[in-house]
Amino acid sequence: MASHKESIIREPLITGKNITYAQITDDVLRPVENKPNKAWWIGFTVASLGALLWVFAVSWTFWFGIGSWGLNKTVGWAWDITGFVWWVGIGHAGTLISAVLLLFRQKWRNSINRSAEAMTIFAVICAATYVVSHMGRPWMALYCLPLPNQYGSLWVNFNSPLIWDVFAISTYFSVSLVFWYTGLLPDIATIRDRGTGWYRRIYSILSFGWTGSVKTWQRFETVSLILAGISTPLVLSVHTIVSMDFATSLEPGWHTTIFPPYFVAGAIFSGFAMVQTLLLVTRKVLGLENYITMFHIESMNKIILVTGSVVGVAYITEFFIAYYSGGEYEQYTFLNRFIGPYWWAACMMYGCNVLMTQVMWFKKVRTNIPMSWVLSIIVNIGMWFERFVIIVTSLHRDYIPSSWAMFYPTWIDVSVFIGSIGVFFTLFLLFIRVLPSIAMAEVKLLLKESSEQAKLEEIEAGHLDPAQVEFYKNSLKKFDSVDVSAYENA
Amino acid sequence: MSSTKYILGLFDDPDEMMHGIDKLQKNSVPIYDVYTPMPIHGIEAKLGIKDSRLGYAAFMFGCLGGTTILSMVYYFLSYDWPMNIGGKPHFGLPDFIPVTFEWSVLFASFGMAFTFFYSTHLFPGRAPRVMDLRATNDRFVIAIDAKGNIPHEDITNLLKEAGAVEIKHNDRKYVSYE
Repeated sequence: MASHKESIIREPLITGKNITYAQITDDVLRPVENKPNKAWWIGFTVASLGALLWVFAVSWTFWFGIGSWGLNKTVGWAWDITGFVWWVGIGHAGTLISAVLLLFRQKWRNSINRSAEAMTIFAVICAATYVVSHMGRPWMALYCLPLPNQYGSLWVNFNSPLIWDVFAISTYFSVSLVFWYTGLLPDIATIRDRGTGWYRRIYSILSFGWTGSVKTWQRFETVSLILAGISTPLVLSVHTIVSMDFATSLEPGWHTTIFPPYFVAGAIFSGFAMVQTLLLVTRKVLGLENYITMFHIESMNKIILVTGSVVGVAYITEFFIAYYSGGEYEQYTFLNRFIGPYWWAACMMYGCNVLMTQVMWFKKVRTNIPMSWVLSIIVNIGMWFERFVIIVTSLHRDYIPSSWAMFYPTWIDVSVFIGSIGVFFTLFLLFIRVLPSIAMAEVKLLLKESSEQAKLEEIEAGHLDPAQVEFYKNSLKKFDSVDVSAYENA
Repeated sequence: MSSTKYILGLFDDPDEMMHGIDKLQKNSVPIYDVYTPMPIHGIEAKLGIKDSRLGYAAFMFGCLGGTTILSMVYYFLSYDWPMNIGGKPHFGLPDFIPVTFEWSVLFASFGMAFTFFYSTHLFPGRAPRVMDLRATNDRFVIAIDAKGNIPHEDITNLLKEAGAVEIKHNDRKYVSYE
């Protein structure tokens, strides 16, 4: 049958009373079909000013060359690659939510996958801009690709992890885009069928003529499942290959075999933190509390806790192996993280990523919205410093003490970074304005089995184990969108 | 002769719609198609729709992608411009696993998605062939070809009994055409 009953002890994924299919459509499309509110305009203004700063700083870089950055002969990678890896990492949560959680049949992904995937795409765009601007001569970007040229043809070196990275990130971006857009088709069709005039015509073009017939849905589900299946190893491969950019070099601090799993865990960690940062604000501003519930927030916090702890174990392993290897350069690099001039960056890294996330063992913290938000920002900051420590602290003192140096960012370095955050938020704000930020079709699937109202009906009908009902009622207490008093007599 | 082209049964509940399908099938009324705002699990079996073969397409495209990039790398690094890097083999296969994997995934996903668009006739700008505008919102629509399925009254009654909230006798097949 179309729907079957779910165990009562599972927490509801849609809260609120009298939610109908039409109500879901209305709630999700409110920001799309109406003029944006003041909060959106303020956010958009600030974000687009940031994006303008980015345009300015990158134009400056192209005009004067990357000499306008703070790089020197010793520290040849700094804020640029830090920013790049940071953004690629953030870009990992979207596909993780939409692909891995789909394979594991985690139904709570249905209401957060759309915006998380959008976030992935925008984060990868930000990451790509770093790579292109670091080339200094961006028109040379074509030489990353194996294209016939006038030098012989001189081909790209497929033995190099940097070329693997070109392939991995471009594939990741394109596949995420296909995944995201295919999922959007039914929802765009909903906007189309509700609209009129030119508005309707635009969404009609974008909807590819979607009708929602049986065969279309069947194929759609097949495509989603297979895309999830192949995106899962893809998402793991991307950050693995990013880590190989470092791990295959002979630089102390980089040349470690733990890098691939360590980077992947870090990427999921920072990605979920960014999803949390965005969604906690989005659900409030767009009034989506009934669809992105406390259960979703707590689940994401649990993933942040797990991946943060995995990252913590990786840090400890790195230190142990540096000690155990007996390699003096390796040992010095790790000692230098604490006793060297960049000790404060290491404190930010270990403090924000490992110590701060451990407070999420407490349920009170996981279900507290302001604290979750602050912690997600702390994780974002910590993960930026992790990349800074790995890149700059390792490079600034390696083999020859005579070439030891410090790195000082210029205002261009800082502007490119702040600007890229502006670009990201501009794209995200435009997205929630013109496209449904929640996958409506997928949320509608949950209405009859996993919604609060369906479960309340079941309770009122009796026939349930009272102990289980009691357990369920207790689990509702943490929800900010549930009126618990309705359950007193039920 | 009535001018009705299609009879639509509009349901507000997927389970009742499934019930409606059962009822129509019991009375040997052929169903033209069903339009829903969300995927309905188990409906394909009921309507006798075969499994999608897109998985095979994805597999073939994946194989094509992997073969393409591996052949390209072989041509570049072993045939066209072999380089001596410390006497190592020109075609060191482990180094090429990442790119082979990436292109397998790339071809599989794009190949499958475009096969899906092609076989379902989805492309930007295609005129939507919508029978009822609420089928993408909150109505589960069973469409029955009126031609040959008479009397229409009986079909209407069947749908009504099954719990349809609205029954439409449409003179036009697609309401979305301007």
